[in-house]
Amino acid sequence: MKSPASSRRHTAVGLLLTGIMLFPVYWMLNVSLTPQQDMRKSPPDLFPLHPTFEGYRAVLHDQMPYLGTSLLIGLGTVAATLVLAAPAGYSLAKLRPRGGGILGLALLVAQMIPGIVMAMGFYGVFLNLGLLNSWWGLIIADSTIAVPFGVMIFTAFMSGIPDELTAAARIDGAGSWRTFWSVVLPVSRNAVVTVSLFSFLWAWSDFVFANTLDGGGDLRPITLGIYRYIGNNNQEWNAIMATAVVASVPAAVLLVLAQRYVAAGVTAGAVKD
Amino acid sequence: MTIARVDRRPHRSPAVSGAAGGADRCDVPPRRRRGRDRLTALGFLAPLVAYLAAFYLYPLYRNLDLSLRDYTVRSFVAGDAPFSGWDNFSQVLNDPTFGPALRNTMVFTFVSIALQYAAGLALAVFFNRHFRLSTTLRALFLIPWLLPLIVSASTWSWMLNSESGVVNYALHLVGVPPVDWLTSPHWALASVVIANVWIGIPFNLVILYSGLQNIPGELYEAASLDGASGRQQFRRITFPLLRPVSAITLLLGLVYTLKVFDLIWIMTKGGPGDSSSTLATWSYQLAFGTLLPHFGPGAAVGNILILIALVFGLLYIRVQRRQEA
Repeated sequence: MKSPASSRRHTAVGLLLTGIMLFPVYWMLNVSLTPQQDMRKSPPDLFPLHPTFEGYRAVLHDQMPYLGTSLLIGLGTVAATLVLAAPAGYSLAKLRPRGGGILGLALLVAQMIPGIVMAMGFYGVFLNLGLLNSWWGLIIADSTIAVPFGVMIFTAFMSGIPDELTAAARIDGAGSWRTFWSVVLPVSRNAVVTVSLFSFLWAWSDFVFANTLDGGGDLRPITLGIYRYIGNNNQEWNAIMATAVVASVPAAVLLVLAQRYVAAGVTAGAVKD
Repeated sequence: MTIARVDRRPHRSPAVSGAAGGADRCDVPPRRRRGRDRLTALGFLAPLVAYLAAFYLYPLYRNLDLSLRDYTVRSFVAGDAPFSGWDNFSQVLNDPTFGPALRNTMVFTFVSIALQYAAGLALAVFFNRHFRLSTTLRALFLIPWLLPLIVSASTWSWMLNSESGVVNYALHLVGVPPVDWLTSPHWALASVVIANVWIGIPFNLVILYSGLQNIPGELYEAASLDGASGRQQFRRITFPLLRPVSAITLLLGLVYTLKVFDLIWIMTKGGPGDSSSTLATWSYQLAFGTLLPHFGPGAAVGNILILIALVFGLLYIRVQRRQEA
C-alpha cells in the first residue's frame, strides 16, 4: 500500500517534529548540566560540552526533604482518592442509587471549578481549623483535584463489568461488600492503575494549593522547592533546572511504564467508544 | 487535566435483571429487599457525599461568604466581618484592572485553544499514517502535558530570558533583534500563550487522534478510488466526521484554559503592570499577592471566574449529552 520510501520520509518528519516539541525538555537537561560561569554566555552552549553536576549536588543538598514531602503527599492523595472513589464508582455503576444522575452531574461540574477558587475557600476553612501548613491538610486539598475524576473512571469501568459476574457472587452468598472487594475491585485493576497514576501525578505537580495552604510549614512539596529557588537565588539556573529534572522523574516513569493507562485517562470522557 | 464523565450505558436488560432477581431467592420479601439494596447503594456512596459536602461545597460556600463581606486580616481570623452585599463585586467591576484582566483572559483562552487545536489536529492526521516509530513518537509527545507546571513554566522562563535565553539567540541567528519576552508589556501575554500552547498540544493530539481512529478506513479508500486528493479527503471526510470530537475537545480546552493560573503566575505574575494578568491571577494577586490581603475582592473575582467557567461547562455537558442521545 505504502512505499517504504514514503514511510521513511514520514519517520524523518516525525522525528523532526518530536525534536522540536521536546526541545524545551532537552534545554532543561542542558541547562541543568551547564557550569555557572557559562550560564550567561552568548551564544549559549547548545550541548553540555563541559557538564557539571553542581546543580544536582545542590538538589541533593537542598531539596531532599521537599522530594520526600511530595512523595508522602502524592501517596496520601492516591490512598484518599481510591478509598473515596472506588466504592462510589461501584455504587453508581452497579447498585443504581437514587440521585445517582444528579451526583454524576455534580462531579462533572466539580471538575470545572478553578483551582484558585478552591484554594481561597480552603484557606479560609483551614485557617479557622488550624490546618494551614500541615501535610495532611494538603492531601485533603490535593485529593479534590482527583476524586471527581476517579469516581467517573471507576463508574465507567465498572459499568462494563457483566452483571452476571456480580449476580454469581451473590448466589454464592457474598454480600455487597464482599462482592465489591473480592469480585469487582480485582476485575477493575486497570481503572485502579489509571486513577492512581493521575492522582499521584496531580498531587505531585500541584502548585496552587501548596503555595496557598503550605507556604510556611516544615514539610513543603517540591513544587515550592523550585519556586523558592526561582525567588531566592535568581542566578543559579543549573540548580533550578536540575531540580526541575528531578521533579519530572515521576512523569517520565509513568510514561515509560504506563503509557496506555495515561492515554486512557486523557481520552476518558472525551471520546465515545 | 482531563474532565471525565460517567459512561451512560443502557440499563441492564429486563431479562438479565429478572434472572438476577430470581436467582436472589432470599427469604427477604421483595419490597424489603429493594429497600435494603437502596441502603447498600447509599452506604457505598456516603463517604463520597460527605467528602463533597465538606471539601467542595463548604470551601465554595466560604468563598461566596468571603465575597459578600468586608474582610480584613483581623476579621478573617475572628470571623465577624460585616455583611457588605455586592460591594466587593462593584468594587472589582469598577477597578481599572478588571477590563485588562477580562480581555487578557479571553485572548489567552481563545488564542491558546485555536493554536493548540490546529497543531493537535495537524499532528493527529500526521500520526494517523502509522509509519515506523509513530507509536513511540506519539507517546513522547505526551511529555509536555505530564510535566509539573512549575517545571514547564520555569524552563520557558529561562528560554525566554531577554539576555541569555535560547529563543532570543535563535531569533538572532535569523537576524531578528532580541525581544523582551517576559519584561515587556507587549510580549508578556504572548509569552505565556506560547508556553500554554506547548503544554496543551498533547491533550488535543491524543483526543483528536483517538477520534480519527473511529473514522472507517473504507471511506478514505473509496474516496481515493474516486480520485479525491489528500486535501479533499481532509475537507470532505476527516474534518466533518471529526466534528463531534472537535466540539468536545474545544469546549474541554476552554474550561481548562480559563482556569490556568500556575503557568502565568510563575512566569510573569500577571505583569509587567497588568499586561498578562487574567481573572485567575488577578484574583490570587488580590487575595495573596500583597502584604495587605484583599480577600473579599479576590473572592469576588474568583466567583466571576466560576460563573464564566460554568457557562462553557454547561455548554460542554449539553453538547456531550446530545451526542450520546
